[in-house]
Amino acid sequence: MNQSSDEQEILIRVRGLRNGFGEQIVHDNLDLDVRRGEILGVVGGSGTGKSVLMRSIIGLQPPLDGTVEVFGENSLGREETDAVAMRKRWGVLFQGGALFSTLTVSENVQVPLKEFYPGLDQALLEEIAAYKVVMTGLPPEAAPKYPAELSGGMKKRAGLARALALDPDLLFLDEPTAGLDPIGAAAFDELTASLQKTLGLTVFLITHDLDTLYAICDRVAVLADKRVIAVGTIDELLALDHPWIQEYFNGPRGRAAVAGPNRRVHEDKRG
Amino acid sequence: MRAAADFERTDANGEAVLRFSGDLSLAFLGDLPNRLEAIDGAVTRLDLSAVGRMDTVGAWVIHRFARDRGATIDGLDADEQHLLDQVVAAEHPIQLPPPSPGSFTRALNEIGAAVVNSGKTLYGLLGFMGATVIALWNVITHPRRFRFNATVQRFEVVGVGALGIIGLMSFLIGIVIAQQGSVQLRQFGAEIYTINLLGRITLRELGILMTAIMIAGRSGSAFAAQIGTMKLTEEIDAMRTIGVSPMEALVLPRTLAVVFMLPLLGFYSSIISIIGGGLLCWVSLDIPPVTFIQRIREVVPLTDLWVGLVKAPVFGAIIALAGCFHGMQVEGDAEQVGQRTTTAVVQAIFLVIVLDAFFAVFFSEIGWI
Repeated sequence: MNQSSDEQEILIRVRGLRNGFGEQIVHDNLDLDVRRGEILGVVGGSGTGKSVLMRSIIGLQPPLDGTVEVFGENSLGREETDAVAMRKRWGVLFQGGALFSTLTVSENVQVPLKEFYPGLDQALLEEIAAYKVVMTGLPPEAAPKYPAELSGGMKKRAGLARALALDPDLLFLDEPTAGLDPIGAAAFDELTASLQKTLGLTVFLITHDLDTLYAICDRVAVLADKRVIAVGTIDELLALDHPWIQEYFNGPRGRAAVAGPNRRVHEDKRG
Repeated sequence: MRAAADFERTDANGEAVLRFSGDLSLAFLGDLPNRLEAIDGAVTRLDLSAVGRMDTVGAWVIHRFARDRGATIDGLDADEQHLLDQVVAAEHPIQLPPPSPGSFTRALNEIGAAVVNSGKTLYGLLGFMGATVIALWNVITHPRRFRFNATVQRFEVVGVGALGIIGLMSFLIGIVIAQQGSVQLRQFGAEIYTINLLGRITLRELGILMTAIMIAGRSGSAFAAQIGTMKLTEEIDAMRTIGVSPMEALVLPRTLAVVFMLPLLGFYSSIISIIGGGLLCWVSLDIPPVTFIQRIREVVPLTDLWVGLVKAPVFGAIIALAGCFHGMQVEGDAEQVGQRTTTAVVQAIFLVIVLDAFFAVFFSEIGWI
């Protein structure tokens, strides 16, 4: 994928977003651009509205004000059955996996495929579901199981398999590595990075995981004071003199992540 | 530039080559997999050099074909090769669910499972009743553990909250009984016995029974859904680890609330029914309220009231226990909450009616006719 030529192409454009619940305002005049082909990490303290921002972008949370464009199309206030072209091109992984509890993992992966491409025959659907499941790092035995029989980490992977079912251009991940063991989390990072490379994915990644930020994110957006206060590479962010950013990246955990082996992955990828 | 996936076959130098073009991606695949399946004869090489964009589904279709026909794949750039490698690495034989048995076997299977299940549920319900009694005893011996506020709050939700709907229901039932009764009794010139019918049936049977059914639908289902959801979100487990017994904190207040509220609501329901019926008597039979009340006092023995009031707490206990028991049985997913709630209500109403029949026989045996 040639990244430099289409770097300026904006896939998600958020302008003047204002979100609130009753008296409490979560976002005020928030602007954000996500470029094609990048992995954008979104960080912020608890309660700064990272998930609300994601829900606004995918049209689940009607904002009080502002515009959101995804693939150059307005994504606000669209019916579930509307904007099909847009929905075909994105995949969403919710925090808890949000698998359909009455369907097996394999059937969960097949839901978007059947919905958008009813012509595919059942054998091919089964095969696609099977390799997607294995691709996300689940054991093949997990495919015929129901979500209730899976552990938290496995649910997350199954959720990712469903998000990837349509080979989307744009992937929303809400804290994908939270609750995974470090090995699993590193594998998840690697998977995201390799999918991004091979499929030319654009990834909107909400995370608290500093290792993930260092390992795979091209740019990081920082949510604070009800808006995005800065977007840039980690080095650019570190050059800023914002107390929260300094605290975040230079705290004990931040330093540990820099020193960690994942830093190499980051540099390899850049180089 | 995006185009539908297509291929072209060329045979040269003893080599059968499929040249693919267009986008090998889900959106542009069309009927390509089926057309590939339909190709006869050996294919030795797949040339992908003219392919535009390829995604994992396209890679899978190519890989599957190459694997089945023993063909080689070439013409991939580095990214596409990487993608193909990833898909190949994820290949694994799919496990198909076992074929479902014939309908006769399945019917037998379901009947058997239902019988075993009812046996287990009855046994479990009995055990749950025991656990509730033990919890009650623990609270009696350690009164400080009694959750007064939770219990009073349940009293309000179960009792006061139901006054409106039960009042309306009872009023209408009273009118219906009086109206239907008077129509039938008029044939014998015995309209005056409408009052006997109304007073006795509401106090003895209908007031309590209808209230029990209403409370089973209103509170029994709520108990099952609340406790079931708490079970799913691990709130019950959290309670246990903190040292709070869910039996004492959740089940006991609810059970006590229904046990105490059902007699009161049942009595209230009977009275409202009598008022409704009395109103109809006044309007359509010209029996003035004073006569009506006097007549009610003459024809309804006090034992009728006792019959109703003795049954009510038992019905209440069954409704609350069925609701809480099924709530505690929830495991796994959200669908179970719905299933268990339904079962709780159906079972509670069924058991209430069965017990009502037993009570009817019992009271007539001891002479409270």
